[in-house]
Amino acid sequence: MLREIRPAILILIALTLITGLAYPLAMTAIAGVIFPKQAQGSLIEKNGVVVGSALIGQEFKDDKYFHSRPSATTAPDPADATKTVPAPYNAANSGGSNLGPTSKALNDRIKEDVDKLKAENPSVPVPVDLVTTSGSGLDPDISPEAALFQLPRVAKARNMPEDRVRQLVTQNTAGRLAGLFGEPRVNVLALNLALDAAASK
Amino acid sequence: MTAIGWIQIILYCAIIVALTKPLGGYMTRVFNGERTFLSPVLRPVEASLYWVGGVDEKREQHWLTYTVAMLLFHVGGVVIIYALMRLQALLPFNPAEQSAVAEDLSFNTAISFITNTNWQNYGGESTLSYLVQMLGLTHQNFLSAATGIALAVALIRGFSRSSMRTIGNFWVDVTRCTLYVLMPICVIYTLFLVWQGMPQTLGAYVDATTLEGAKQTIAVGPVASQVAIKMLGTNGGGFFNANAAHPFENPTALSNFVQMISIFALGAALTNVFGRMVGNQKQGWAILGVMGVLFISGVAVTYWAEANGTTALDALGLTGGNMEGKEVRFGIVASSLFAVITTAASCGAVNAMHDSFTALGGMIPLINIQLGEIIVGGVGAGLYGMLIFVVISIFVAGLMVGRTPEYVGKKIEAREVKMAMLAILVLPLMYLGWTAVAVVYPTAVASMANAGPHGFTEVLYAYTSQTGNNGSAFAGLTGNILFYNVTGAIAMFVGRFFMIVPAMAMAGSLAGKKSIPPSSGTLPTTGGLFVGLVVGVILIIGGLTFFPALALGPIVEHLAGNANTLF
Repeated sequence: MLREIRPAILILIALTLITGLAYPLAMTAIAGVIFPKQAQGSLIEKNGVVVGSALIGQEFKDDKYFHSRPSATTAPDPADATKTVPAPYNAANSGGSNLGPTSKALNDRIKEDVDKLKAENPSVPVPVDLVTTSGSGLDPDISPEAALFQLPRVAKARNMPEDRVRQLVTQNTAGRLAGLFGEPRVNVLALNLALDAAASK
Repeated sequence: MTAIGWIQIILYCAIIVALTKPLGGYMTRVFNGERTFLSPVLRPVEASLYWVGGVDEKREQHWLTYTVAMLLFHVGGVVIIYALMRLQALLPFNPAEQSAVAEDLSFNTAISFITNTNWQNYGGESTLSYLVQMLGLTHQNFLSAATGIALAVALIRGFSRSSMRTIGNFWVDVTRCTLYVLMPICVIYTLFLVWQGMPQTLGAYVDATTLEGAKQTIAVGPVASQVAIKMLGTNGGGFFNANAAHPFENPTALSNFVQMISIFALGAALTNVFGRMVGNQKQGWAILGVMGVLFISGVAVTYWAEANGTTALDALGLTGGNMEGKEVRFGIVASSLFAVITTAASCGAVNAMHDSFTALGGMIPLINIQLGEIIVGGVGAGLYGMLIFVVISIFVAGLMVGRTPEYVGKKIEAREVKMAMLAILVLPLMYLGWTAVAVVYPTAVASMANAGPHGFTEVLYAYTSQTGNNGSAFAGLTGNILFYNVTGAIAMFVGRFFMIVPAMAMAGSLAGKKSIPPSSGTLPTTGGLFVGLVVGVILIIGGLTFFPALALGPIVEHLAGNANTLF
């Protein structure tokens, strides 16, 4: 059995270097050449400033923007490092609410959001994704229903005709891949950038 | 539930079945030491590894030597990960300037990665440097997966050999598995994932200025190379805290579908390797059949439960199912399917938060792990887990008719049955035992994020997942405290090695036996009767073991939820 000790050390080290250094570094080099944009994180620049990533959601509070889903991400409390404070769409600390179906805290929070949204647009049923947090807290998308629900508010805040805003929503709606995989969705950042671009024309 | 949803589920199963035979054929050639189409490139690397390690590839090992070699290999793995985590602040590739990881968390994570569990008490982007992610975690993702597959192949050799003392050479099996099976697939897979939008960079986290003028720090890193092996090797430990729910770790519906396929691909192919090595591929298909029956039943329940939502959501007029903790791009069906796959296999990656699933929807992942992750299972671990249940089933069938039971030409006798029972009894001892301790220990109870029965389920899930080397979580539980870090590490260690050692003992004992030809009294093990028998035995053993615990957790929560009782 003693002769198993040499391979236990040397094969381990050799395989560690192959799988833990050579492989990821080679993949980084190759991916950086073939898919440079994706490899860096699909970043979006506007006037030379990075405004976000096409894949990462961000928080919107202004009436003139479409809002993302609620987010449960947190950040360390500046006053007490052992505690955390809510920090929606913190892309350096992803995570969900982890509240279960019978959680009072979760259902109270949802009810509050539903009441607010109903006051904003009483005529349409509230879409479920607009009042639930995502698993990552960084969901870049909302459902087409959730976009249409917010349409009157955005149009009014921007003084834009609703039809024009609806046109932009439609242009930014992605369907299922091959009609089968995934769910129809609207990328909120892309839609809001399109809105800003349309307004500045 | 929708037709499009079910078409995705059926298509998924069809692709797995279609991949099983060609992948199984290739892997059989690899483990029989034959030439493959990659040999011209890889053979020199392989030979130089044996030269460095002083390994004679022709020399085979007794089961005990094989097991000791495997254990020694893991000692080194623990040392490497632990040292890297403790020293990361001093080492390169740390642009986010992560500080040293605490002792207990480093210990938990080291055990977690060598046992193929990949439990995430660590936070990924908020805790680990790029060097730890690559040299610590990515490397062990490869090696713990290769170990699992090597052990399964060794057990298969036990069944397929006749009157032999040896079951293969551990160093050869691990090296060939890493070089010929895992690495080539991962290279192509990584590029596919980057194409879909996954970052692969050593650059620092990016500071963005959002449209509303706020600052957003976006964590990036060498993600794709780690995620490829994380899924293929059923490891499941995320680069990011949110795992495969994170848009960088699972950017599109297509990346999600391919990730689900890669969880099952090698585990399913091993059933075919088994069939080929024992000389009858139908034996492999029968085992895949048992797995398939259990899998589809689980998918149906979880999909139904999640699409139905909860009474509380209904009362607010919210339709469209339970979207809490789920991503819009995946929706209900791809989240439910992923949850069942990741727990049927011992993967543990999550693309939605299991803690926020409905009571019954979240119970299926729990049951999948408690059954021992034999539904395809972890790469290797699933097959040897399933073969342990097969031995018990054959034994039960033998008792019914009063004959010495046989399986693929081997008499199943007292030693095999004892080893199988040992493996089956150790798992519930860990997950039920530690749960019982935790729920009476105030510090452990304070870690629960949810009150009422859901809090109990969080703890039960944590120990079940760690014992089963799964690694998914009801993640509300604050697991990063001394008590959970240490007891969890014990559960992971026992769950892995107290399963492996009896399985290897069984392999050694079976290899030494003569093969006997089937007679008219032999129970055919390729048909529906056998499939039904094994499914029955699994459900009876499983049901008797964990039904009481489930009744206290998800079942009572379901009934309370229906009455709209909140906690």
